[in-house]
Amino acid sequence: MNVRKLPRFLIAVVLFYIVVEVLYRTEILNGYLLHIINLSLIYVILATSLNLINGITGQFSLGHMGFAGVGAYVSGSLTTLILKLSVTNPASMLPFLLSIIAGGVVAAFVGFLIGFPSLRLKGDYLAIVTLGFGEIIRTIFNNIDAVGGPRGLLGIPKFSNFTVILVAAFLTVVIIRNLIESSHGRAMLSIRENELAAELVGVNTTRYKVMAFTFGAFFAGIAGGLLAHLIQLAHPTQFGFIKSVEVLIMIYAGGVGSLTGSILAAFGLTFLSEGLRLGIRALADATGLPIGGEWRMVVYALLLIFIMLFRNEGLMGMRESRIIKNVEVD
Amino acid sequence: MLKVTNLKVNYGKIEAIKDVSFEVPDGKIVTLIGANGAGKTTTLRAISGLERAAGGSIVFEGKDITNLEAHKIVPLGISHVPEGRKIFPTLTVKENLELAGWTIKDKTEVNRRIDQVCEIFPRIKERLSQLGGTLSGGEQQMLAVGRALVTGGKLLLLDEPSMGLAPVLVDEIFDRIAAINKQGTTVLLVEQNAMEALEIADFAYILEVGYTTISGEAKAIEHDQRVREAYLGV
Repeated sequence: MNVRKLPRFLIAVVLFYIVVEVLYRTEILNGYLLHIINLSLIYVILATSLNLINGITGQFSLGHMGFAGVGAYVSGSLTTLILKLSVTNPASMLPFLLSIIAGGVVAAFVGFLIGFPSLRLKGDYLAIVTLGFGEIIRTIFNNIDAVGGPRGLLGIPKFSNFTVILVAAFLTVVIIRNLIESSHGRAMLSIRENELAAELVGVNTTRYKVMAFTFGAFFAGIAGGLLAHLIQLAHPTQFGFIKSVEVLIMIYAGGVGSLTGSILAAFGLTFLSEGLRLGIRALADATGLPIGGEWRMVVYALLLIFIMLFRNEGLMGMRESRIIKNVEVD
Repeated sequence: MLKVTNLKVNYGKIEAIKDVSFEVPDGKIVTLIGANGAGKTTTLRAISGLERAAGGSIVFEGKDITNLEAHKIVPLGISHVPEGRKIFPTLTVKENLELAGWTIKDKTEVNRRIDQVCEIFPRIKERLSQLGGTLSGGEQQMLAVGRALVTGGKLLLLDEPSMGLAPVLVDEIFDRIAAINKQGTTVLLVEQNAMEALEIADFAYILEVGYTTISGEAKAIEHDQRVREAYLGV
């Protein structure tokens, strides 16, 4: 490990923090844009953690938002229903952070359990199982009255702010990057490449597949918790299949196996989605055409079709930016 | 070194191997010859722990390894080149070889072994920075063998190394296998190309629908009338 190259990513993140804070304090950046940045950062956590499962270990998962849902409901229940924390009390920050971590831990345990079917299943079959899992989680939330049932868990205090979310995203990327660059990461990569060959070079494929699901689910749970405390709501529809596909699209658009790609795509697609909403409304107002905000999904989908047609390895392919990389691979 | 006794392997209700027994002495090349479906690949898979044995025993250097998991068998010193090569396609040749040394903690040892592989297969050396999936069939086979050499071990299991290769390359691969054996690695070779296999082997066993039937020194087997008619086409 080259110590000189270690802090590059940290410097980049600190610079990003300063720029956003300054722009926000000087009111060049309004609350709405800051909200979009926060959302993007949460998607960074979701996309990089799904990339560990799908991109690095090659286990096709369609239930990632299910893990996020577990994190959101567990942490939301803790802060809102059990501890009844208040944002105005500064002493509440620590219990809030612990609640988020608790959400991640429970999600990780669920990921550990869902990792087991992955030992026997591959490709399409695993995708269907994980899809089913995501729907089960959603249906369970929908039917527990204590957490609001179909209304969702309301009145969650707004603890998530730019600083907390940025630090969480930074730590997620660093931990996943270090994992990928470690020998554990090499083992996961060998499973993606060829599972039989991985066995024959001595990799315990069972152990590493479960490990990928557990780690991936942990970070998804963290992201879910942060999201619930940002939009002050945990709702079953947020964690359904469609939302999981949105995260999946991010890793494919960014490049399967590339953390840099996941980060860029998380920002790019979150902003694009919001931008299209505004753009289409403006277009409708200006021309009087009967088009609504839902048309953004058409543009969004078309864009994805073009990415897959003309650059199917995604934005970054499997490459990693020098800023993200820890170990220099010549 | 390796002793397989009355091995039985089932795929569901189908008995793929009914009764297979053979021995691989230290430092030799032993070949298992047989037609499609005779159970050659299954035998190798059972030895390296990819398939469960329903009966019988596999003993390696005095240690019973029957039904041990694959990742526990590799460090004991058995490396397996699977049928159809199974390289890591989107990693470079160098990364393929480095990953093969995954269980070895000392990375200088891994590099030493990679250098050795480059000596045995000069073509691999030329291709180190290329992606595994872009190699030709013959080169992929060399990489697969090279990878098994980096993983290391006293016993090398080779499953149909000649499959799908041009005759010139088949000769080259068999040449290299003989050379690797001379350097001290024991080889268990599974082949349909009986002629080539018998040429480099010391001992041979004939596998027929799940049974070992004929066995003996390779030279004797080569001249056995039954074998000549059934497998050598003469």
